Amino acid sequence: MTLLNFSIYDFSALINSIDAWLVETFSPTLGHLIGLVLVGTCFLIFTALLGLSLVYIERKICAFFQQRLGPMRVGFWGTAQTVADIIKLLFKESLITKKSDKFLFNLAAFVIMMAPFIVLSAIPFAKGLQALDLNIGLFFIISVSSIGVTGILLAGWSSNNKYSLIGAMRSGAQIVSYELSVAISLMTIVILTGSLQLSEIIASQSDGWWIFKGNIPAIIAFGVYIIASTAETNRGPFDMAEAESEITAGFHTEYSGIKFAFFFLAEYVNFFIISAVGATVFFGGWMPLHIGDATFFNSAMDVIPPIVWFFGKIAVIMFFIMWFKWTFPRLRIDQLLTLEWKYLLPISIINLLLMSIVALKGWHF
Amino acid sequence: MRLVKNIKQYFGEIFHAIRSLITGMKVTGYYFFHPKEIVTQQYPENRETLKMFDRFRGEVILIHDENNLHRCTGCSACEIACPNGTIEIINKKDVDPETGKSTKAIDKFVYHLSMCTFCNLCIIACPTDAIKMAQTFEHAVFDRSKLTKVLNNPGSKLMPGIRE
Amino acid sequence: MITDKTVLGSETQEYFINMGPQHPSTHGVLRLLLTLDGEIIRKVEPHMGYIHRSIEKMCEKDSYQQIVHLTDRMDYLSCHINNEAVCLTVEQGLQLEIPERVKVIRTIISELTRLSSHQLWWGVMGMDLGAITTFLYGFRDREMITDIFEETCGARLTMNYNVPGGLMFDIHPNFQKRTKDFISYFKTKLPEYKELLTGNVIFEERTKGIGYISKEDVISYGVTGPSGRGSGFSCDIRKHHPYSAYDRVQFKEILYEDGDSYARYMVRMDEMVESMHIIEQLIDNIPEGDYKAKTKAVIKLPAGEYYKRVETARGELGVYIISDNKKSPYRVKFRSPGFSNLSALDTMARGCKIADLVAMMSTLDLVIPDIDR
Repeated sequence: MTLLNFSIYDFSALINSIDAWLVETFSPTLGHLIGLVLVGTCFLIFTALLGLSLVYIERKICAFFQQRLGPMRVGFWGTAQTVADIIKLLFKESLITKKSDKFLFNLAAFVIMMAPFIVLSAIPFAKGLQALDLNIGLFFIISVSSIGVTGILLAGWSSNNKYSLIGAMRSGAQIVSYELSVAISLMTIVILTGSLQLSEIIASQSDGWWIFKGNIPAIIAFGVYIIASTAETNRGPFDMAEAESEITAGFHTEYSGIKFAFFFLAEYVNFFIISAVGATVFFGGWMPLHIGDATFFNSAMDVIPPIVWFFGKIAVIMFFIMWFKWTFPRLRIDQLLTLEWKYLLPISIINLLLMSIVALKGWHF
Repeated sequence: MRLVKNIKQYFGEIFHAIRSLITGMKVTGYYFFHPKEIVTQQYPENRETLKMFDRFRGEVILIHDENNLHRCTGCSACEIACPNGTIEIINKKDVDPETGKSTKAIDKFVYHLSMCTFCNLCIIACPTDAIKMAQTFEHAVFDRSKLTKVLNNPGSKLMPGIRE
Repeated sequence: MITDKTVLGSETQEYFINMGPQHPSTHGVLRLLLTLDGEIIRKVEPHMGYIHRSIEKMCEKDSYQQIVHLTDRMDYLSCHINNEAVCLTVEQGLQLEIPERVKVIRTIISELTRLSSHQLWWGVMGMDLGAITTFLYGFRDREMITDIFEETCGARLTMNYNVPGGLMFDIHPNFQKRTKDFISYFKTKLPEYKELLTGNVIFEERTKGIGYISKEDVISYGVTGPSGRGSGFSCDIRKHHPYSAYDRVQFKEILYEDGDSYARYMVRMDEMVESMHIIEQLIDNIPEGDYKAKTKAVIKLPAGEYYKRVETARGELGVYIISDNKKSPYRVKFRSPGFSNLSALDTMARGCKIADLVAMMSTLDLVIPDIDR
């Protein structure tokens, strides 16, 4: 029993000791199985908490942008507001429209939750705190996160509502296009790391984050990534799929109660994931801010635990994306596609080329 | 040459776009970092400090003084002035104890708050300034019948000297 | 614009969608029957009557004093101007001499109403385009005007401050100070409006060249107010047929020639500046005198027909009264600006996308109770 071997700076010892204890107590097969269930449960709880806190944070931040106070009633400064909302949603009747395709209608809510849930497993939260460290981690994330669009299309199609269908079609076109830019902008950094494994990408930033080390192409890539990933998660100003003032609520118009909450939750988990991937690739994930071999500065930065660094970086990226949402008007669907195909994609392809030259010539730091 | 011009225009557009977006973000950002500028009020909590303007039209009330005297002669001018039939005045005969003459006095001044549009026409129609608009505004009740009010207090009398 | 019905060899089919009566961006219970080809609008048919309260019929049983408060409920965002229109018509019929003080105060409050209506419109316009923050900013500034109204008139929205012959009561002692405070406050906030929306690249893309309507069409549909002036139709009643105190103030009639959503937007933005300019000229020069001309308790208009028009925040409001020398009119007809403005929507929207339709409706600044009455 070495469960007490716990350090906020490195979780691998803790995880290994739990694993060893499980295998020791039960048979190796059963132990691993229990381990899997445990990890799954952890992610479930994490997603639920993430949804709850992000909704609250977004409502508060949006309120402050708009010179309001936001939720103030339930709990201290309204902290329990989202809990109350979830309770309300649980009690609501789960309506299914009469002529909808009931099987697909119910399936869509789960499909849309599935994709971000799988992706979460590949996110490194802190040193040693990662469920799956695949050697194709980034590729895995990019490919799995695009399953989510199936859920949106299913929801729009099965609702038997024209608004839903328009929303689903919009979002299909949108996500398929913007995935290209997201992938290419992430590839730009992969040229420098030489690996798709997330742990290695992080390790390669131990002497400075890629956004600083990667010269101008890295900054352009980050800009493209932020815009494209905002579009990929259907957030404002790219929220055409659920444009409230045009097509009421888009693909989730017909959903109510807890199924609606699934869509809501999926949106926020996706939001977390794109921020996490952005933080990992461009800002070194849980890696503290290091400058080359300035030993004193680096060790000072190491005092702050990696998990704080990770969530801190995510918070900053999220704040900026929220800032976009609560400032800009929405684009129109054709303008959205123009932005992608005429501006973002050419820029990111040229940027990829530029980064290759930078990497070949060794101009990066 | 044209290609160069086009490329210049292409990037010019991008920079113009980014600049205009940043100007917008500056505005919202300013308010985010200046929470002192928040304009909303927390309504039920600030009930004590919340004061309505004198002329605010909340509901019609009949003015009574400390001796439970009012100024309404029951002339029905307000009832006629009201566009919605909000006010109903039910009169009775009162016998003056000194002279023994019977005079007209109000029995009930019925006010249907649910039908009132707060247009103030009854107030300016009143020749004796007996009614006025109160500043109350929390009119929600659980039973509609509670919105029908009798404005004259029980046992109240006409102020002497009004009828002349 | 795709006119070909066969795209890539497959036939496309038009479909209908009912936008409204419950829809977030129709601003009330307006129902639009859209014929769509994918996202492209082929035809827009507005269906009205969901909030018809027969105000014109109700006027026939009310006395002339009572009619005024009903007009609050038509175009509730320019309620003072509606009230003023009725009062001007009645005063015209009675041939009353209105005190100068009344004229000036009415003009100031009219312009404040116009400002508050445009502020709300600006906020809602942003919200329709997806920028929800503008909505709150618009309401924030409007709040100061409603406070002025509440202090002087007694109500925030349906003020009913006019009576035939003058005003219900004199202005509040704080009125001038508050108005001046508001003007100086709003002058610092108007640039913010420009930074947030006017100059924004997304906003420009969404409005420039969208929802075009020519000057000829505007005139033939009878589109007035800022929507008409965005197409270069000079139709400002305040300028062409001055009433109240508009003949003694300097102001420009804002005209834009482009006829698109952006032009209509810019007309309103510039009108806000002009309104402030008008108020500044008058606020220190309110003449002394009565706040009301003497009228009889029961007003009876001489038999005949009376018509008067004013410029509300949405366009030309005409009040037509037929009197048969009784205490209530024989017939009242309101020529409401929203109704005519809405009729041009189909011409504007054909070939545009659903998202553009929302932007266009915002620039027409529809108030549904004004259309249905």
